[in-house]
Amino acid sequence: MTADAASPPPQVAGAEARRLADWVFRVRELGIVAAFALLMLVTAIIEPRFVTADSLRNLALNAAIFAILAAGQTLVIITRNVDLSVGSVLGLAAFMAGDLLSSHQSLPIPIVILLGMLLGAACGALNGVLVTFGQVPALVVTLGTLYAFRGVAFLWTNGRQVNAETLPDAFLNLGTGSILGIPTLALIALVVVVVVGQALRDFRSGRELYAIGSNPEGARLAGVRSERRVFAAFLLSGALAGLAGVLFTARFGTVDATAGASYELTVISATVVGGVAIFGGTGSVYGAALGALLLQTITSSLIVLKVDAFWQEAAIGALLLVAIAFDRLVGLRLDARLRRRSVRRAG
Amino acid sequence: MNADATPILELDDAAKSYGAVQALRHGNIALRPGEVRALVGENGAGKSTVVKLLGGVVRTDGGRMLVDGAAVDFHSPTDARDAGIAVIYQEPTLFPDLSVAENVVMGGHPLGALHRIDRGKMHDEVQALLDRLGVRLDADRPVRGLSIADQQIVEIAKALSFDARVLIMDEPTAALSGPEVERLFGVVRTLRDRGAAVLFISHRLEEVFALCDTVTIMRDGEVVHDARTSDLTPGEVVRRMVGRELSALFPKEETEIGGPVLTVHRLTREGVFTDIGFEVRAGEIVALAGLVGAGRSEVARAIFGIDRADAGHVEVDGVRLPGHRPLAAMRAGIGFVPEDRRQQGLVMELSIARNATLTRMGALSRGGIIRSRAERRLARDWASRLQLKFHRLDDPVGFLSGGNQQKVVLAKWLATEPKVLIVDEPTRGIDVGTKAEVHRLLSELAGRGVAVLMISSELPEVLGMADRVLVMHEGRLTGELSRAEADEEAVMRAATGQIEEAAA
Repeated sequence: MTADAASPPPQVAGAEARRLADWVFRVRELGIVAAFALLMLVTAIIEPRFVTADSLRNLALNAAIFAILAAGQTLVIITRNVDLSVGSVLGLAAFMAGDLLSSHQSLPIPIVILLGMLLGAACGALNGVLVTFGQVPALVVTLGTLYAFRGVAFLWTNGRQVNAETLPDAFLNLGTGSILGIPTLALIALVVVVVVGQALRDFRSGRELYAIGSNPEGARLAGVRSERRVFAAFLLSGALAGLAGVLFTARFGTVDATAGASYELTVISATVVGGVAIFGGTGSVYGAALGALLLQTITSSLIVLKVDAFWQEAAIGALLLVAIAFDRLVGLRLDARLRRRSVRRAG
Repeated sequence: MNADATPILELDDAAKSYGAVQALRHGNIALRPGEVRALVGENGAGKSTVVKLLGGVVRTDGGRMLVDGAAVDFHSPTDARDAGIAVIYQEPTLFPDLSVAENVVMGGHPLGALHRIDRGKMHDEVQALLDRLGVRLDADRPVRGLSIADQQIVEIAKALSFDARVLIMDEPTAALSGPEVERLFGVVRTLRDRGAAVLFISHRLEEVFALCDTVTIMRDGEVVHDARTSDLTPGEVVRRMVGRELSALFPKEETEIGGPVLTVHRLTREGVFTDIGFEVRAGEIVALAGLVGAGRSEVARAIFGIDRADAGHVEVDGVRLPGHRPLAAMRAGIGFVPEDRRQQGLVMELSIARNATLTRMGALSRGGIIRSRAERRLARDWASRLQLKFHRLDDPVGFLSGGNQQKVVLAKWLATEPKVLIVDEPTRGIDVGTKAEVHRLLSELAGRGVAVLMISSELPEVLGMADRVLVMHEGRLTGELSRAEADEEAVMRAATGQIEEAAA
């Protein structure tokens, strides 16, 4: 279909518009990096202990779990859906991992991780089936499973708690150890983010997720198997929440039925702060992971600066609003600029 | 062309109904290799249903569909695509957040090593396709912000991006300019010569006769005629479409023209239009003509206060309107029928009655509660006045055909008894019969003293309806012609900017 070397390619007029869009996209992620750097700098000046190796390690460990959750959440949000159940799925997987290892000390860690991800995937599959084949809005489905999965966790734990003492050391080392000075958890999160990020960028199925979120009906008409793709997004989000659950246990050692409660709100906030549009179609896993890092840094720095807990929550709320306002503003500006070019071209 | 060849795609006595509405009966149509077939009929005749069946969007209730003579059943658009069927739908199906290139190849990205998308190849293929269509469009820019004409080009490129054996085009030319249409026809003829089958749907009969070898005519959900184009005349086609002879397409009444009602004073919106000034008098129909993208719709939007004007103002009956306030414009007596009735004119999910009375909610409610009986009474009244063809007033307005949808939009505004009515492309995508009704309606309104500002890309409509013609080119007024002065050539000269100095 590309033959017919017709007239020489005419002067391309939209190049400027493309550069503009590219630039906005980069500015979005650079903005988070800049905010992150500024925050680090200010906190470090007021409280130098904030940038000690130990404190930075803690920061990376805390952000790692959220970054993994944010990667999964991005897959779902890009399709114009949302997964509110990730905190509960994390809790289930965390308790399962702790329970298993307490009673079977010799169980290989990769098997535990795999089981955690399978459990998460099963939860995600339930969400996916209800959303795609049940045709129920994701907000309602995952709100329901948020409570349902948490309820299962309470039934399962039956008031019990897993303690670090009962867990094998090798497993706990996964949560606290490091490779070449970098915390293992952060490395795992980095691998997850890069793999998911590149998959979204470079594979047909990844691009189809964007298409579904950008125009669901259009995607269907273009021959995209939307149900299958959305189902897969929920499945993966669940599996990653399962992985995050196992890592949660390795990191904290102590797990009860409330592990990961209200994480879903932090994760969605991180994703949105990271530039993933809540109505789908735009954003990247990298942005979302940066958003998770920024949110975690704010929390940590406010603690270090001994700011009241109330203000910590308010600060995260404010950041979310700033990010949304910024997106809206830039979006309007971009629309206006693209419009002007378009008119000039057509005239 | 070979009339005996096995059709690539065929509907055999197909039937389809939506709820109680039988949209298609005895649907027989055969698309043969090397043949361009036209599908014509009034809106609501069942053309779109045929397209949706062939494209795998909906499934038949009865009859058979055959590919290469073998019965098939498409469960989804993917199945149709796999069978080599490409469809250009009337509704926009683009992804605004993605680049032009990705929009074109979606579902069939060129792949490189490890099944990764080969971006370089994707870009080159799409750019080549765009060049072949003769448009200056960067394959890497986002679709968001493209003009309607450019969006249409992307739709076409999308359908041409894979080696289709059957190409179905549902009104692909509605937003295109002359040269763009010619380019498209060139591409279609190349496809035909390679042995593809093409189904072409258009309301422009001159295009049908210029491009198509055969024609299928539909009326009221049935195929009523199937013939070679060379055996028919445009008049015969229209007669078979409507089942009657059309007497006057443009029933312009002579009216008494009063004083100015709408005055637009040096209106400017940066980068879109500049220094627009004119007036519309009571009982006058003023047409705003120009090429697609000249800024006409944008002027209308600014007058009604949807978009903010950077300079200038609008007066109704000598009273200045606050800018950027559609509600104030409505209160001052302006009605606005927008270009895109699906997105802007109607709430597609709401019922016919609700849509028709949206502008009158204040008057219909008592203590903030809408009286549904009054609502239905008003809706029924307007439905009968405009001869609306509907099943039930509670049906979603999306169930109606395009022409009848437009009547609902008109009813919505006429119910406010406007002093000024702005209509943007009032008959786009509307069948011939309803078109005449819309024209008669506009003419009647002017006769009752309403000032009508009509934006139209169809020259016959402009010349037939308007008392005065304003022409825009690249965001500026480049011509003002009286009914006597206005002819095709004069309007086109101003629209292409050839008499800019003379008009300034």
